[in-house]
Amino acid sequence: MEKQPLAQLTKISSQVRRDILRMVHAVQSGHPGASLGCTEFFVALYFNQMKHDSSFNMDGIGEDLFFLSNGHISPVWYSVLARSGYFSVEELKTFRKLNSRLQGHPATEEHLPGVRIASGSLGQGLSAALGAAQVKKLNQDDSFVYVLMGDGEQQEGQVWEAAMYGAHYGVDNLIATIDFNRQQIDGPTKDVMDLKDLKAKWEAFGWEVIETVEGNDMEAVLAGLEKAKSLAGKGKPVLNLLHTEMGYGVDFMVGTHKWHGIAPSDEQLANALGQLEETLGDY
Amino acid sequence: MDKTLDLKYTYTEKKDTRSGFGDGLLEAGRKNPNVVGLCADLIGSLKMGAFQKEFPDRFFQVGIAEANMIGLAAGMTIGGKIPFTGTFANFSTGRVYDQIRQSVAYSDKNVKICASHAGLTLGEDGATHQILEDVGMMKMLPHMTVINPCDYNQTKAATMAIAEHEGPVYLRFGRPSWPIFTPADQKFEIGKAWHMIDGTDVTIFATGHLVWEAVVAEAMLRAEGISAEVINIHTIKPLDEAAIIASVKKTGCAVSAEEHQLNGGLGDSIAQTLIRNNPAPLEYVGVNDSFGESGTPTELLEKYGLNAENIVKAAKKAIARK
Repeated sequence: MEKQPLAQLTKISSQVRRDILRMVHAVQSGHPGASLGCTEFFVALYFNQMKHDSSFNMDGIGEDLFFLSNGHISPVWYSVLARSGYFSVEELKTFRKLNSRLQGHPATEEHLPGVRIASGSLGQGLSAALGAAQVKKLNQDDSFVYVLMGDGEQQEGQVWEAAMYGAHYGVDNLIATIDFNRQQIDGPTKDVMDLKDLKAKWEAFGWEVIETVEGNDMEAVLAGLEKAKSLAGKGKPVLNLLHTEMGYGVDFMVGTHKWHGIAPSDEQLANALGQLEETLGDY
Repeated sequence: MDKTLDLKYTYTEKKDTRSGFGDGLLEAGRKNPNVVGLCADLIGSLKMGAFQKEFPDRFFQVGIAEANMIGLAAGMTIGGKIPFTGTFANFSTGRVYDQIRQSVAYSDKNVKICASHAGLTLGEDGATHQILEDVGMMKMLPHMTVINPCDYNQTKAATMAIAEHEGPVYLRFGRPSWPIFTPADQKFEIGKAWHMIDGTDVTIFATGHLVWEAVVAEAMLRAEGISAEVINIHTIKPLDEAAIIASVKKTGCAVSAEEHQLNGGLGDSIAQTLIRNNPAPLEYVGVNDSFGESGTPTELLEKYGLNAENIVKAAKKAIARK
């Protein structure tokens, strides 16, 4: 995949947001909120940052790998995988439908190119990513392993088992990102189960922590990922606290947990699509 | 045990099956550089120390964090490694069921979940650690192979065999010193029942430590003029249905024997096979819907009805129901 310039990344993001909304609307189910919020991150990774091959093989030797731990934001991942050539954009039509490779939550059972492990039950992705990163070291493969987690997901105990492990073994070819949108299903994280000072927590566990304060600004997201890479290879795993807004890009969805897991109506879809330019052609 | 019994299989040495695992893992590691080991703070108990010493770069101490261990192992398959995880059977299954379900079984990862201290014969530690539900949990998972070998030699052979098998495996073994009555040079065929003793009146299907009890029971039955067939079901899933059906067609009734709950164990799998193919009386030897307790392995097998005497009783009951 060639590195796409900033202007093109912004265009791709607009199309990915349209894909997300149309996929979720078509089946009246799925998770648009954090998918919209993480669009810049996914586009930056797949169209600029990662060294990857859309012909896809499971082992990914010599490639950067990406793991999605908060599997419910599958719409954004599927759109980006399709738009970067892992499978046809047309296949996005099958999202969450019977006999589809695009399961509600990402899976390997149907052999969807781009997905290396199932996710959905939260808290498991960081462990798998650490394992894959250690194998890269064993294989003398100097590529990176990326993993994205949710902020609500930080409430799962396994995350902290993995955090302790990553620092103990100095898994410094791993870059973890937390989608720090401060929302979860039942409301703001501070009301549901306060995460308190996440940065201090991860630092206390022995990780190199950076913050990307403008997680919906493409330049800032790219700069954050470049910084994360510059800190890799120095004996500590790297954590990128990516401040995003759930529902970003659609005025009536932004900044609330209400769109975590519900689909827009016909009218709402039309309104939302009116706010997002069709840049690469709808599927 | 009655010393005058004429046993079809005998032993000169006793050893724990977990040592078979440790020695098998070392051999598998020497044979295949992709074999890696992970352990959750039980290296000594799991007998993984020799592997760790010989292959320090391929061994990962994960601390007391079993959920993370399962996830790590699943991730390590990406890039071609063959991870063997080691902890007690309780912490290998119930504690991490969701991690195994999603990251290993559903994701069809080539992870070998190796579980020691299974069943009552764990002994004095008591019911918190004596898991009797693990086979049921693991055999329900699609893609999962479930193996419960009977002695040191068979456990060693099974450990080496699963390294060459592609796909997730649950390998169950135990703590007590147990007779070594199977050959050292055996070939372990996953999914292939081992026909150990020919008989005509009843078939005893046994797994794990209770295969030895079945061998003893056969001699006890023979002394009373009853001819029992003994089949070693080391692989509970996939089950060798053809071997089960063929044997029960000949003998007309069966006993299942396992160190596990009756609900969800080997006996249930055999019952399903028989009911669909060749209905016949089946008696179960296993733990009947209760937890264990502290005690010596022998005391526990006796109290919970899992020894040779109980297999003999069950065989007679099955024959009477023909």
